[in-house]
This record gives sequence, structure tokens and C-alpha cells, in this order.
Amino acid sequence: MYVAVKGGERAIDNAHALLAERRRGDRKVTELSVAQIQNQLPLAVDRVMTEGSVYDPELAALALKQASGDAVEAIFLLRAYRTTLPRFGYSEPLDTEAMQIERRISGTFKDLPGGQTLGATYDYTHRLLDFKLLAEGEQPTELETDDRPLEPCPRVLELLNKEGLIEPSPKADARPRDITREPVDYPAERAVRLQNLVRGDEGFLLSLSYASMRGYGDSHPFAGEIRSGRVAVELVPEELGFPIVVADIALTECEMVNQFHGSKTEPAQFTRGYGVSFGYNERKAMTVALMERALRAEELGEAVNYPTQDQEFVLSHTDCVSANGFVSHLKLPHYVDFQSELEMIRRLRRETAERDGQTEEAEV
Amino acid sequence: MSQADGYNFAYLDEQTKRMIRRAILKAVAIPGYQVPFGGREMPLPHGWGTGGMQVTASVIGTDDRLKVIDQGADDTTNAISIRRFFARTAGVETTEKTADATLIQTRHRIPERPLKNGQILIYQVPVPEPLRFIEPRDSETRKMHALREYGAMQVKLYEDVARFGHIATSYDYPVMVNGRYMMCPSPIPKFDNPKMDRMPALQLFGAGFEKRIYAVPPYTEVKSLDFDDHPFEVQQWEGSCEICGSDHSFLDEVITDDAGSKMFVCSDTDYCRERLAEQSAATTEEVAL
Repeated sequence: MYVAVKGGERAIDNAHALLAERRRGDRKVTELSVAQIQNQLPLAVDRVMTEGSVYDPELAALALKQASGDAVEAIFLLRAYRTTLPRFGYSEPLDTEAMQIERRISGTFKDLPGGQTLGATYDYTHRLLDFKLLAEGEQPTELETDDRPLEPCPRVLELLNKEGLIEPSPKADARPRDITREPVDYPAERAVRLQNLVRGDEGFLLSLSYASMRGYGDSHPFAGEIRSGRVAVELVPEELGFPIVVADIALTECEMVNQFHGSKTEPAQFTRGYGVSFGYNERKAMTVALMERALRAEELGEAVNYPTQDQEFVLSHTDCVSANGFVSHLKLPHYVDFQSELEMIRRLRRETAERDGQTEEAEV
Repeated sequence: MSQADGYNFAYLDEQTKRMIRRAILKAVAIPGYQVPFGGREMPLPHGWGTGGMQVTASVIGTDDRLKVIDQGADDTTNAISIRRFFARTAGVETTEKTADATLIQTRHRIPERPLKNGQILIYQVPVPEPLRFIEPRDSETRKMHALREYGAMQVKLYEDVARFGHIATSYDYPVMVNGRYMMCPSPIPKFDNPKMDRMPALQLFGAGFEKRIYAVPPYTEVKSLDFDDHPFEVQQWEGSCEICGSDHSFLDEVITDDAGSKMFVCSDTDYCRERLAEQSAATTEEVAL
């Protein structure tokens, strides 16, 4: 009998219904609200916004809810929404020096103008499960507040720049290309590389930057500065001709200081690696900064010996939505290709068997 | 189209469609050349037909009748999903009949029934670069195409002949288009390659993930690579389709029990059904006579 190998419209509809049911889980447990995700899983929301390239915590939380907590699926949902949005302009470059600092640390200077602020971080927590959270009782926390106004916090790398110890920040006056609207061609310019990395999969970039620090690359960085806080987004509407603030977003920025031994034309000086992410995703900002610097190997005249320094290798494979799509497409039917391969393998085996048979006869 | 409210006709906005149509025009003007285009993110995953969908969305009009196949069949889940997408976002008529379709979006097959001039066949392409597995860098392969430097592919095919006695590529078998560009026919079985040659229908290829579009205009020469002493040949089956009896179509192998019994049936479901209908009509006529 002919086996039903092919799906149908009903199968798809039923699969969707089943998925909705599984997402909801046990109905005796209260349904999770989007507001709860937005407020209580903010780091998940930040990752979805960063890789989804949309700053909208509510939509990112919705995507997480709809995706049953799967970050890659949630990023995909947000991207597919983003692609339909109209583009009405480019903002002015963000002035992160004017950031309302919530956290600021430097791995290069013990003290610096504006000081260091530890802020909210998991860094010095002991990773012990807190069973009080399991009891779900609200724990009142005692917060020490400080009403002193923030001091100006100049960027650490600009302090080095004053002495000429670090390369000046590369100037990019031209309007950057939008990699979601134009195909990338290689070698890609810095703005394109940075866009790609910021949208890139956090796990992939983390592992690549780890490799680049472990010998598969020439990375000897110092975390010059990491800062998190809120920044104003300004736009110049054509009809006004001056900037107005259109949004206030949370951002994490990382500037790495890397060695550079100089070349025939350039004196020895430090070089920069820059990274940024939406929200408080410090890991992402750091890995972007590490990979951005690793990919500058060619322009700085360093040997390109490892995949971590290879633009085409890194940039073509950062995107989690693409990577996930292509890997998961193996779930689609390949009956026809497979049948072609079966036919070929059977033919080759038959020919080998025939040939072996003939040789045996000849030997006898 | 309740769920598609708030979206443009066929999902993509008109600016994007215009950009894609420009890329298609360029592709038609330079047969077999991969035109980079600003591929958009689609609500389906990459590798699931986003390139084909963007091409379809850009050329489809309200009068079109769309057919979508995957592995030659209209009822495979992804084909259903894409057909529904356009039924929902464009509200166009869909069909399973090859003869009635104005647009056919396909993954992995060319229909058995010869296509007519005026029809458009849109291929979903995962990897558009025929030289990709020889040279992974796009910056290099683009140069190779520009210089028509295709020796490496002939060497690869020759190595197959030396090792196996045959060219061992059975699908996505490289072709030369109009004597100039080497092209991936997408992962169709090489059985289908001869159908591409001088096909009266327009053939468009969309690779969404790789952001490339290419085309073969109607009646263009498409030649599968081979050697004088190892001419191109297609798959053959010993049996014929166990449903319609066809001995000249591409057959799917279906395993029917756990003892390894199997049967072969047409991969092109519409072709199989059409032949069956003709046969039963002929039988009825005979009975009537």
C-alpha cells in the first residue's frame, strides 16, 4: 500500500494548535504576561532586541513569550516584523559620552575622571542557587542611594588619545550602508562589519572571541572601558533642520585597547576594538569589540592566519536567523536529491561488484 | 485575507519589489549571472524558500495563478505553507495543475509536463554559487566568473571519472548558460537538467539567504557540463510508476513495510494524477464504445 509520506493542510493546522497548547503549559499555573517578561527577564529581552535590531522591549518580550523562551526563534519573529517597517531617517550619531552612567568600569586605570561605578552586575555574585527565590516570596532589598549629581565621564580611550598612544577613532562621515537593505560584498567596510557583528549570534561571537584570545588569533586586549546607561537618540527632521530627541534607550558600550607593534609607516601605538549592544548585554558588547578588532587584522597589516581574522568566514556566519534557518532546512524533504544519490550509490556498488566478480574469474 | 491586514499585496512593499524586479531584469539580460540584491528578511526561515518567495512576490499580479511544489509534489508541507502564504497575502488563485499555472514556485524539481512560453518557473535556491565547494570565498568566485575561469570544475568532474568511472554528481549538476556563465540549477536532480535547455518558459532563481538572483530567459541554451568521452547522462529506473505506469518520469522510492519492501511512484504528483485521469477516461470511452 502507498504510505502517506506527505503532510497536509490539516497536519500543519494541528501542529500549530499543539504548539500553542504546549507553549501555554499547565493551565493551573498562571499565564505569564508580556509585562512580566519585560520586567523580570530583561537580559533575555536585551538579547532579542540587539540581535533582532529593534529597540522595543515590549515587542521583544512578546516575541519571547510567543517563542516559548527560545531566543533564536524570538529574534526571528522580531526580525520578520522589523523588515516590514518603513524607514524614515537616520538618527544623529549617539553621544555616549553624555550617557546617564549606571555602570562604568575600566580594566586599564584604577581611577579616572568620573570614577568607576560597579552598577548592577552578576560579576561578583557567588553562583549559589538562591532557594529563597524558589519560595517566591518578595524579598525587600535595601538600596543605598546616592543623590550626588553625576560627574562628567570622558571616554577612557580619549584620555589615551590625548597622548597619541592610541590610534584616533576612524572617522566615518559617509552615511553607513544598511546591511538589511543592501547585499554585503567583501572586503566589507568597518560600518558594515560592526552592523553585522552587533546583529550576530551572541554564542557564536563569544566562542570566536574566546578562540582569538586562546591563540587562534592575535588578540591581547584590555577592557579600556565598559559603560552602560541611558542615551538620548536625536533625529534632525528635514522640516526643522535641528536635532530633536526621539527616544531614550539603554545601551552598553565597550572599548577594547589592543596592542599594535607599529609598521614601517606607523609608530607603535594601541589600537581600538569597539562594541555596543542594546540594553545591558555586556557580554555581547565585549565580544563585538574583540571580533571587530580581530577582523581589522588585514587593514593593520597583520598576518591573517586564523578563521577568527577572516572577514568572509566570520561575517557570513554570524547571523543566528540565517544559521538556524539553513541548518533546520535539513528537516525539509529531500526525497528527490536523496533518490538521486541512492541511484548513484547503487550503480557504483553494482559496478564494483561486477568488476570484482570478473577479477575473481580471471584469477581462477 | 484577514490575517494579512496591514501588509502590502504579496507581503513585500512596492519599493522592495521594484528593487527586486530591477535585479530580475538584469539577471534576464545576463543569463546565468548571479545578480546581488538587497534580500529582505522574510517570515520564513532562510533555506526554506525565502529567495523564491521574494521573486514570486515581486512578479505576481492579481491575475496570476500560482502553483507551488516541493520535491515535485503540491502536498508537501512546505509547499502548502508557501502556497497559503501567497493565497493569504496576495489573495491570488492557486492551482495544482501545471498546465493552468502562470507562476510555478519550485523546490528541487521541474515539472514533467513541458512548460509553455508565458509561464514563469521560480526556483528556490539554497547555494547559488556552483564553485562554492571548490572555493568558499565569494570575493574569489566572483573573479572566477568574470574571467570565465571554470577549469577547477572540470577537474573536479574529471576526478570523479578517475575515481568512480562516472561523474558522481547526481543533483545540483552544474550547467553552462548561453555559453558564458556557469550556473547552479538549484538542487534539482540531473534528470531535470535537459528540461532547462531552450525551455519556452522564463526561469528565475532566487537565493534569499545569499542575496542573489539569476535567470535563464526563454529558449536559452543550457548545457550540462561533461566530457566528449563521458557524455552527460540522466538517472534511469528499471521499473515504472506503480500508480500511473509512467516509465519516463522521475520516481520517488517509498518504503512500504518494515521488511524493506518498496515501490516507486512519480515524484510529480500532478503529472501522475493527470496520466491516471487520462487512463480512466480512455477506459470509460472504451466501455462506452
